[in-house]
Amino acid sequence: MAIDSVYTELITEHSRDKRNRRRVEGATCSHRGVNPSCGDELTLELRVENGIIEDAAFTGAGCAISQASASMMSDLLRGKSVEEAGRLCEKFIGMIKGSVTDEAELEELDEAAALRGVSKMPARVKCAVLPWHTYLAAIET
Amino acid sequence: MKNIAVKNIADNFPALRQTVNGHTLVYLDSAATSMRPESVLRAVDNFYRRDGANPHRGMYDMAQRATDAYDGARVTAARFVGADAEETVFVRNASEGLNLIALCYAPLVLGRGDNIVLPITEHHSNLVPWQILARRHGAELRYMYVDPRTGVLPDSELDAKIDGRTKIVAFTHVSNVLGTRLPVEKFVAAAKAVGAITVLDCAQSVPHFGVDLHKLGVDFAAFSGHKMYAPMGIGVMYGRRELLEAMPPFLYGGDMIEDVREQDTDFLPPPSKFEAGTQNAGGAVGLAAAVEYITSVGWEAIEGNERKLMKKLTEGLSSLKNVSLVGNSGADVGRYGVASFNVAGVHPHDAATILNDYGVAVRAGKHCAHPLLARLDAEFGACCRASLGIYSTEADVDRLLETLPLVRRRMNLGD
Ligand SMILES: [Zn+2]
Repeated sequence: MAIDSVYTELITEHSRDKRNRRRVEGATCSHRGVNPSCGDELTLELRVENGIIEDAAFTGAGCAISQASASMMSDLLRGKSVEEAGRLCEKFIGMIKGSVTDEAELEELDEAAALRGVSKMPARVKCAVLPWHTYLAAIET
Repeated sequence: MKNIAVKNIADNFPALRQTVNGHTLVYLDSAATSMRPESVLRAVDNFYRRDGANPHRGMYDMAQRATDAYDGARVTAARFVGADAEETVFVRNASEGLNLIALCYAPLVLGRGDNIVLPITEHHSNLVPWQILARRHGAELRYMYVDPRTGVLPDSELDAKIDGRTKIVAFTHVSNVLGTRLPVEKFVAAAKAVGAITVLDCAQSVPHFGVDLHKLGVDFAAFSGHKMYAPMGIGVMYGRRELLEAMPPFLYGGDMIEDVREQDTDFLPPPSKFEAGTQNAGGAVGLAAAVEYITSVGWEAIEGNERKLMKKLTEGLSSLKNVSLVGNSGADVGRYGVASFNVAGVHPHDAATILNDYGVAVRAGKHCAHPLLARLDAEFGACCRASLGIYSTEADVDRLLETLPLVRRRMNLGD
């Protein structure tokens, strides 16, 4: 069952984890993302120095999938270059939309790869991709 | 039409007979849209199979049958809510009806410094049109607030908000989040006292109890067919005759015209004036069939069943560990078909996903009532909503109550 692969210890713990749920000190960029249909919302804050994401965190409220996704993304993007992070976001979105399925390829998403079961839950796809879309929108502006 | 025993009603609804994730479907989202009985599906099908010509347009038999079906549906819909056919305009849904009222009537009375008053309970469709209108005309939009804990609207809010500059008071009959009945009679009296017009959103009341618009004395009202066992895409906008006459048309086109010259046009009187172009005649026929279905079951049976189920549902939700009713005073506030709740520590989207895994369909989120949710004491600012229909049974409520304790476990939160 798809939902058993999603509501795992790892994901539910991430959804309640406070480490990445905070403001970023000296943030250079902040962007708000909203899922109007279900009401998930988050504000992603980044501190980018010399093209490197020194810190990433978020505030907001939403379902376990959107919150865990945001937390995992914050962990993944920290220390990456802005371009590399963008590439990882595209890959994550591809995984959720079902276009990237190769296990080896998903490895570089680290813990976030655990959310791939959401690709089998069409009603929740928007929840999982919200933080990643928010990142892409943030670096565009 | 002969009476149908309540326990067999679900059998009349083919969509309810399905399996979801290996479980029989328990449909508890009738406040979003209700399912349709065989008789409604058949009426729509028959209309298109036999009578599907364009109403009001042909001289031949088939067009006449289509005209009779469409006009007859209007009479049936009007009688259902205690209105006259001339005051009953077919629209797509309650939202379109409310927009029509806001866009065509409100500009006739609204000026700078005037105000529009709404309870905070409103669905976006009876809120956003007024917000836009108020801004456009330099008017003030005022809210009457409910108690965030109980969801009850105190009378003092009416006295505080409705005044000599109030031109419009708009309100829902039954809250789509709380299920509570708003004090329509008090709104009407307060509005009349200051010469304001009243707009009733009865989308959530017409499926649950008899509504008599003339008796309520409202100036305008709107409801959707799809929440009362009719197809999607058909609804009713009601307006008092003289108000409809004073209003300009909503859209311009065929079938609403008396005469057109090169530079000007005479419009037909209401309701045709507001029905430009070919209408959803099949939907109207379906709406009439839904009225007949409701009538054949009878309000006594419908209300009796729902009262019993609401008691079981609200008491059951209140007694479950880690489940809380939203807008619950502890006392029986009277709920019509809707109860909202949260499972402690679990976002409503996740709760609804897990319930779906057991075949139980509930709505989760902010229910198109963001300003209300922002004021209620609801964890995550959102909630799950279980809502009943004519076909709901004790077994449906039991399934929800049995499944809810599994939600926290599935989220690795213990019991
Ligand atoms: Zn979500």
